[in-house]
Amino acid sequence: MSNENGYNFAYLDEQTKRMIRRALLKAVAVPGYQVPFASREMPLPYGWGTGGIQVTASVLGPDDVLKVIDQGADDTTNAVSIRRFFARTAGVATTTRTEEATVIQTRHRIPETPLSEDQILVYQVPIPEPLRWLEPRETETRMLHALGDYGVMQVELYEDIATHGRIKRSYDYPVEVAGRYLTAPSPIPKFDNPKLADCPALQLFGAGREKRIYAIPPHTPVRSLDFEDYPFAIEHPGVACALCGDSTSYLDEIVTDDRGGRMFVCSDTDHCGKRRDEDRNDAAA
Amino acid sequence: MTPPPDEAPLLTVENLAYDYGNGRGVAGVDFRLWPGEVLGVVGESGSGKTTLLKLLGGQLVPSGGRILYRTAAGEVVDLHDLPEGKRRLLARTELGFVHQNPRDGLRLAVSAGGNVGERLMATGARHYGRIRAAAEDWLGRVEIEQGRIDDIPATFSGGMQQRLQIARNLVSGPRLVLMDEPTGGLDVSVQARLLDLLRGLVADLGLTVVIVTHDLGVARLLADRLMVMQGGRVIEEGLTDQVLDDPQAPYTQLLVSSVLAA
Repeated sequence: MSNENGYNFAYLDEQTKRMIRRALLKAVAVPGYQVPFASREMPLPYGWGTGGIQVTASVLGPDDVLKVIDQGADDTTNAVSIRRFFARTAGVATTTRTEEATVIQTRHRIPETPLSEDQILVYQVPIPEPLRWLEPRETETRMLHALGDYGVMQVELYEDIATHGRIKRSYDYPVEVAGRYLTAPSPIPKFDNPKLADCPALQLFGAGREKRIYAIPPHTPVRSLDFEDYPFAIEHPGVACALCGDSTSYLDEIVTDDRGGRMFVCSDTDHCGKRRDEDRNDAAA
Repeated sequence: MTPPPDEAPLLTVENLAYDYGNGRGVAGVDFRLWPGEVLGVVGESGSGKTTLLKLLGGQLVPSGGRILYRTAAGEVVDLHDLPEGKRRLLARTELGFVHQNPRDGLRLAVSAGGNVGERLMATGARHYGRIRAAAEDWLGRVEIEQGRIDDIPATFSGGMQQRLQIARNLVSGPRLVLMDEPTGGLDVSVQARLLDLLRGLVADLGLTVVIVTHDLGVARLLADRLMVMQGGRVIEEGLTDQVLDDPQAPYTQLLVSSVLAA
């Protein structure tokens, strides 16, 4: 599986991929459980997606079509670099169209276009441990996971309501996967949390620096933590995208001048572009 | 207090031992505790009082002996033989542990309400309004203004922190409360108020308490029974008034005669 420029297919050597796939199998078997793995040095710094890249490299085959997004956009530095990295080291086809991709590596977003059963969504995770800021000892957090003892996270949400009158946490909103493990969904906005549940695609999470892999298998129940009298709710600025007019997608706020001018546009560039193309075609027809 | 003959002890400690690895610790501790009883443990610094309490509270694992506890369901369990999950559940529902330094027993970055509500949330309470109502109720019972429910304990005085720690423990309705020098480090007027409060709560709730102290005044005020420790062993045991008014062991005699009259 090597090609002439000296790299093994998809950069990682086969033994490493094998090790990562074993971790992935375990992660899929125990939804939401953080499986340790021997994370490798990658040719980019920690925090730029080393975990996601290793997972992608391990699941990628020659016939796959890869899409990489960063904050929903296909054209940001990180997304472009990672896409080009796999185009060069694996020679796989790449795309920006969500429905054409078989493997989607993402940072911070789940695509607006509904995913299908033959797709894999790979998340880049900076901090896989949802209890990290609540309990400093890893030995203790592992014990809490083992015992399913998650009261401390509820205390954190209580504090939010006591201080702000609502659960203020707007990204990396903790979820309970398959009724068991408390899991950090990586820094996706809580707007995307409902898409985690019962998703037809396989969702894999890789944390390179923290050396952890976890997964949400297809059609797994995922519950965002909340209180009975303060149920989980997503927030929307209440305006439509300034470019495509979608009023239900996740929006980025863009400051346009220094006199308070701003516009809201879709964070998912592929979704926004597709809608604008459709509008143009309708106008031409 | 003579135990009612028909009632089984809440806590049975048999030949309990712990060795820190240097020959110090506790050894050969035997006692039984009946529901509603307050047991005082007194002795000099380093006599093993706190070690004993940590063994009872599960922070240390004994190197010998057994601690049998009768649960609310009437089942007798060995506290150190329980699976970790059950032990933790018991520790946060039926047991309470009041540390000498309230900073050890509180979450300092979490508001007073969150501190009191933690045990409730850890045992499955998921209704914010009810958790908050319980927290308000308990803050009132330990004489903390309800307006301070959202303040963090770091802004509280030492006496308030200690009262908050007590509320945080009592909110789950524990049956056995272990207290390590609850009045240590407080000035005498605050101490007196705290003791008053404790005495009221113990009587109202019918708590069973093990209280470690080196202050004989505290022991006389709160404890029904007294255990005197020295060098990791229990050297004298009996009713509080009996031990304090007619001490038998030489060390106890020294201890009693060392108290300064105010």
